[in-house]
Amino acid sequence: MRIALFVTCMNDLLYPDTGIATVRILERLGHRVDFPQAQTCCGQMHLNSGYQQLAVPLVENFVRTFEPYDAVVAPSGSCVAMARDNYPRLVPDAAGVAARTYELSELLVDVLGVTDVGARFPHRVTYHPTCHGLRMLRLGDKPLRLLRAVEGIELLELGGAEECCGFGGTFALKNADVSGAMLADKCRNIADTEADYVAAVDNSCLTHIGGGLTRQKARARHIHYAEVLAS
Amino acid sequence: MNPLASGVPFPRAAKVALGDPQLRTNLRRATHTIRDRRAHAVGELPDWEALRTTAAAIKDDVLRRLPELLERFEERATAAGATVHWARDAAEACEIVSRIVRGTGETSAVKVKSMATQEIGLNEALERDGIAAFETDLAELIVQLAHDTPSHILVPAIHYNRAEIRDIFVREMPADADLTDDPAALAEAARSHLRRRFLSAKVGISGANFAIADTGTLVVVESEGNGRMCLTLPDTLVSVVGIEKILPTFADLEVFMQVLPRSSTGERMNPYTSTWTGVTPGDGPSDVHVVLLDNGRSTTLADEVGRQTLRCIRCSACLNVCPVYERAGGHAYGSVYPGPIGAILSPQLTGIGENASLPFASTLCGACYDVCPVKINIPEVLVHLRDQAPHSPAERAAMSVAAWLMRSPKRFAAAERLAQLGTGPLAAALGRRTVSRLPWPGSKWTDARDAPLPAAESFRDWWKHRDQTAGPQGHTHPVEETP
Amino acid sequence: MSAREEILTRLRAAVTHIPPVEVPRDYRRGGDASVDLLIDRLVDYRARVRRSTRAEVGAAVAACLADASAVVVPGELPALWMSGYGGVVLREPLDVEQLDGAAAVVTGCRVAIAATGTIILDGGAGQGRRALTLVPDHHVCVVDAAQIVAGLPEAVALLDPRRPQTWISGPSATSDIELQRVEGVHGPRRLDVIIVD
Repeated sequence: MRIALFVTCMNDLLYPDTGIATVRILERLGHRVDFPQAQTCCGQMHLNSGYQQLAVPLVENFVRTFEPYDAVVAPSGSCVAMARDNYPRLVPDAAGVAARTYELSELLVDVLGVTDVGARFPHRVTYHPTCHGLRMLRLGDKPLRLLRAVEGIELLELGGAEECCGFGGTFALKNADVSGAMLADKCRNIADTEADYVAAVDNSCLTHIGGGLTRQKARARHIHYAEVLAS
Repeated sequence: MNPLASGVPFPRAAKVALGDPQLRTNLRRATHTIRDRRAHAVGELPDWEALRTTAAAIKDDVLRRLPELLERFEERATAAGATVHWARDAAEACEIVSRIVRGTGETSAVKVKSMATQEIGLNEALERDGIAAFETDLAELIVQLAHDTPSHILVPAIHYNRAEIRDIFVREMPADADLTDDPAALAEAARSHLRRRFLSAKVGISGANFAIADTGTLVVVESEGNGRMCLTLPDTLVSVVGIEKILPTFADLEVFMQVLPRSSTGERMNPYTSTWTGVTPGDGPSDVHVVLLDNGRSTTLADEVGRQTLRCIRCSACLNVCPVYERAGGHAYGSVYPGPIGAILSPQLTGIGENASLPFASTLCGACYDVCPVKINIPEVLVHLRDQAPHSPAERAAMSVAAWLMRSPKRFAAAERLAQLGTGPLAAALGRRTVSRLPWPGSKWTDARDAPLPAAESFRDWWKHRDQTAGPQGHTHPVEETP
Repeated sequence: MSAREEILTRLRAAVTHIPPVEVPRDYRRGGDASVDLLIDRLVDYRARVRRSTRAEVGAAVAACLADASAVVVPGELPALWMSGYGGVVLREPLDVEQLDGAAAVVTGCRVAIAATGTIILDGGAGQGRRALTLVPDHHVCVVDAAQIVAGLPEAVALLDPRRPQTWISGPSATSDIELQRVEGVHGPRRLDVIIVD
């Protein structure tokens, strides 16, 4: 099976460790991962901000780049949801590659049939299910099943877990006050768990949450769950 | 004031609400109570998803056949003794209602809670014509007594707690100064306040939850019995009905009366539902009118993505699960239709120009779509409307540049390199990869949270570097396809 | 152009490109139509429920009306139902003041829905016009066990849309204050249901 990594533009620049972790997990399981250099951005920011026409060439680039692969994996729920939910109506012939694009836990659990990736992470971790992973991709407990199999991990239940953290892309800028109020509630719930880490499937939400946590000098740090699974 | 657009942008109005801790406590408690109750009521039905699918399909079928179904409704209602009127917009609808009330010689009317009459600003229009319209739903009464505007579709006074309501009653109605804030005592006060008015009312005004095309029947769903009072006791009844309220057949109620109460109040069934078809001699009003209201609906229907908004049955489940509504409250939306549904309905009814900030008043978290009993994909419509909304020249320029860079892998990689070079010294000086203050517009981010800086080595660089030195590991093992 | 013509013209133009819609009907029909389920639902709404044999229904009605001095009764109510009641019986024609002065009203119903605890009146025999069950503060409703159906689809199939209907699920209630349910606002604050089998 030819697996391509779509690292996402945000991870490429800001969180390369998440991409590296994704590669390490899959290679540890005996798979070869390709990184097609032509990839850029999924187009989500443009589409969701009201610039559909600007998103289309990015989508075309994605489809062109990843068409040859049997599976595309991305460590980002929202970018995968963008592809799965929107590509077929934005670009002709995108349905195939959109359907073969998986969030990491989908590839591991559904396609490869793995829940134990052989990781060890002896820390207290709470898990925030991001909105697009939860309600667009319907990841359910797949990420949690992977995390539960990690040796030494102590998973702590997050209150109000299914509530949005308040990121929402440009929402955080356009509606900074409401976004900040949602963030404050999310940070409080995280603090209540007394976890060392808050993990999620999306670095975009984690940037927002983590930015709030470091601002408050909170105990918990944010970590992409791929990095937990790669440890 | 336009009931569908206050003119104040959402972020500014929301900021005011966020500064009111009492309001936030009230909203949080109320929305969480009702969302739990809804989840329980819906969880009881194993066929919930099938009901949603049917409800959405019935509404889609109605929208496709709307002209013929409206004509059929008119024909059947007229045959049953009702008078059917058509109103292009709010002003025309108000004028029709006012004319009917004036024709009776009365100067007052009792009203059932109705979003359509809120939408057209009927009370204010009647007042200008010397007609007093008395709201009889408890929450509408509270809002009217407080000289306030509704902040929720189902519970217009959701922003008040019991103590505040008690104070409004003591101040505005002849209520005893020793009235307590016990909800039962407050309900009793409302009962005695309105009792004489009900029993002597000559004109009733309502909306309708459903209008049955095949039979000309109207349906009103309520809880308190104030609806029954207004629909049954007066001689004249005027119902203002949005043209999308049509259902093809009476049998379709078997679907909608399962999904509506559970979605709105979280009950298996609301206490009272009234249905009437024209005039029934000896039972209820002898002079029955129906005003069919367009007011932007035909324009909405013409929009391929936006038309699903017209499936809405005003249950308000989307408000109760919305994290933005919970913090900002209903008034921030500047429209009688607040919350997620308001964020897509108001701009479509008024045109995007008057409500340009509403499509952005959402994180696209999707909680609204999940609970919608008629499966309106609210995030999809929000994104669609964002595309039509006016953008600032600065934002448009930034987005165009970003798209130009990201269209080309080479340009994208170069831009990444530039970002790393630009921020590298800052990261080195700070000794960390986060920054607490950025200049505008980045300050909008750093006002509430730290911002990350680019990594010293991008993933792309790491990959190249690794390719050249070690080469990818593990690719020597061929992997079996997994079913 | 009249408002009617203008609106219809706009709508006709708007719907030209909408494809036909298939309406699936895969939801549940039938199910539990038991007296027990109906009672469970009614009690949940805080209606008061009694069971009675056909012969003893008069006593059951009288027991519900123990503190009622004057009671409204619609036309064609079975005489047996009021046989145990000793107070004043008010019959049509009644004006609204007379209704307001009555302590209670006794009616039958058209159909009762077990799944939702809903009783539907359609103005037929023994039910009267809508105001009768609205103005008096106490409603006693006699439901024959044979009138109970499982769910909404079964009930709706029995109803004649041309008749004005009132669907009743428990006593009048409101949740307008802090979303807390309070029984008894403008409609009857007391609902007694007598199930006869």
